[in-house]
Amino acid sequence: METILKVENLKKFFPIKKGIIRTTAGKVHAVDDVSFSAVKGETLGIVGETGCGKTTLGRTILHLYKPSEGAVYFEDKLISQMTQRELLPYRRNFQMIFQDPYESLNSRHTVGYILEEPFIIHKLENKQQRTEKVKKLLDKVGLQKNSLDKFPHEFSGGQRQRIGIARAIALNPKLIICDEPVSALDVSIQSQILNLLMDLQSDLGLTYIFISHDLTVVRHVSDRVAVMYLGRIVEIAGADEIYETPLHPYTKALISAIPRPSAGKEIKRIILQGNVPSPVNPPTGCYFHPRCPIAQDICRQKYPDLINYSLNESEQMAACHFAGYEK
Amino acid sequence: MNSEIDIILKVRNFSAGFLKDGEVYPAVDRISFDLRKGETLGIVGESGCGKSVTALSIMRLLPVPSGKYIGGEILYRGKNLLAFTPEEMRKVRGNSIAMIFQEPMTALNPVKKIGRQITEVFELHRKDLKKAEMERETLSLLEKVGIPDPLQRMSEYPHQLSGGMRQRVMIAIALACKPDILIADEPTTALDVTIQAQILDLIKELQRESGMSVIFITHDLGVIAELCDDVVVMYAGRVAEKAPADALFVSPMHPYTSGLLESIPKFEYKRKTRLKSIEGMVPSITDYPEGCRFRNRCTFAFEPCSIKHPDEVEIAENHKVNCFRYGG
Repeated sequence: METILKVENLKKFFPIKKGIIRTTAGKVHAVDDVSFSAVKGETLGIVGETGCGKTTLGRTILHLYKPSEGAVYFEDKLISQMTQRELLPYRRNFQMIFQDPYESLNSRHTVGYILEEPFIIHKLENKQQRTEKVKKLLDKVGLQKNSLDKFPHEFSGGQRQRIGIARAIALNPKLIICDEPVSALDVSIQSQILNLLMDLQSDLGLTYIFISHDLTVVRHVSDRVAVMYLGRIVEIAGADEIYETPLHPYTKALISAIPRPSAGKEIKRIILQGNVPSPVNPPTGCYFHPRCPIAQDICRQKYPDLINYSLNESEQMAACHFAGYEK
Repeated sequence: MNSEIDIILKVRNFSAGFLKDGEVYPAVDRISFDLRKGETLGIVGESGCGKSVTALSIMRLLPVPSGKYIGGEILYRGKNLLAFTPEEMRKVRGNSIAMIFQEPMTALNPVKKIGRQITEVFELHRKDLKKAEMERETLSLLEKVGIPDPLQRMSEYPHQLSGGMRQRVMIAIALACKPDILIADEPTTALDVTIQAQILDLIKELQRESGMSVIFITHDLGVIAELCDDVVVMYAGRVAEKAPADALFVSPMHPYTSGLLESIPKFEYKRKTRLKSIEGMVPSITDYPEGCRFRNRCTFAFEPCSIKHPDEVEIAENHKVNCFRYGG
């Protein structure tokens, strides 16, 4: 298996400016020491609650934010240190699909132009070939050919998301970061888009980083899942392991809190107390300890390492002093 | 269950809509349902299906002047709310029927302290209380909805609270006068799963204590399964199916309901398999198709579907469906 993306100790802090001379009063620890890798053709799901840094992680990987520390390797090329100009030729290999299909498309351009633009930026093909390509793209994502001259506002949310997807796959990328691609869509449309994404993955051999707060959706599309809490990965493992035998107490609570639309089965819910603390001043020790049902003294003092607890060949990493421990 | 006496709210053939370019487009069209004492009724549907308009209509809160109550009745304890004068309605609102909204930040007044926003309810509906009593009640309400350090929170502003806390404050305001009916319009949609679990837990517990009825509006079938006794499924302004929650999830009748249930990923499904989906999209309010509004997306559609909207058929006890497949 070929590793396509490797992230090492990635950090992204946003400074908080205060006063007239804008001195830095503190830092938002949006992404705090995150390491993982993704192999070609897989879908790595990233889940977590609002403010856990999953979107920032996605954007920092793509160099849309400059990382504060750490390294991002794309196919063994260190991309995190490159300047924008150096990065441009590589950019066509990794793309992004955004959450809000209403804001991620330029409302003043026709769909034809929106889809043609990637080719123009990378100076590929001539006008005629480009139009051909755009037509093929529309077909691939299930839109009609007469969409070319229409503007984004003439489409529904689901169709706009299809346009966003067409734009992302225009240059045959290898990696796509999907940032909450179906969260803004209605239930009956969600499955259409998820099917499209899965079909495209098997047709084009794409690798997805699939960011979402919807745990059921992530389970369905992912091979592996990383759970984030307050800027850090607290558990990363195969999707089946995460959902069936979670080790970290936060993962356990998260999985148990999912409302399930199947009647009958009673699930024992773990209801966490309190709220996610502020990422400006994360708690000492393990960031999760103030809400953790099994926290001990050591949890208040030392942040646990991400350790592989798997008993077989597979990988199940968790960052908890008492991983797997039942209360 | 003794039906007639237990029914606290009865909606009959109710239609409401919006005025646009001189024409009234009905956002809810001839819907009927009952709410029993102490039960939780879920109204589920996608955006534009009319679920929020239904909720707002019960509170008589449709925007003026564009919102129009077209016809039908909303009977609360036998009295038609649509015939109430604005003064009479003000006595009902927040007192016998209360509502919580999706986005607690926009529903709370940003420039008033939390405590003040709750005592306001008492000033409106329970004028007999003394000021000190009002404050005592407010404090116990905040305690009841699980706000830590309530005395401190009373003198804070909404922006100082987290999303989950704000929703708790909204619930406290709604419950201040011990209403008969609580209408919750997507109260957990803006919240994270772990906070959502807290809030759903709270609503269940408060309901158990007080025996109020709850109308819970959501697009999330998981939440419905968790919380509701009965469910109304709406599509494009009309009722598609009404059933007890258990029956709905075990044997959905309407093609829309079953399509919806099949299209959401489930834990039992094999990962990375294609999901079933409903082709096409929800029609816009300005061009609903003739006949059954779902027919263009329906795999079972046949001749009668294009002629008129199917009537309600009772298939099993309390399980009613509007579809020609079952006779309509």
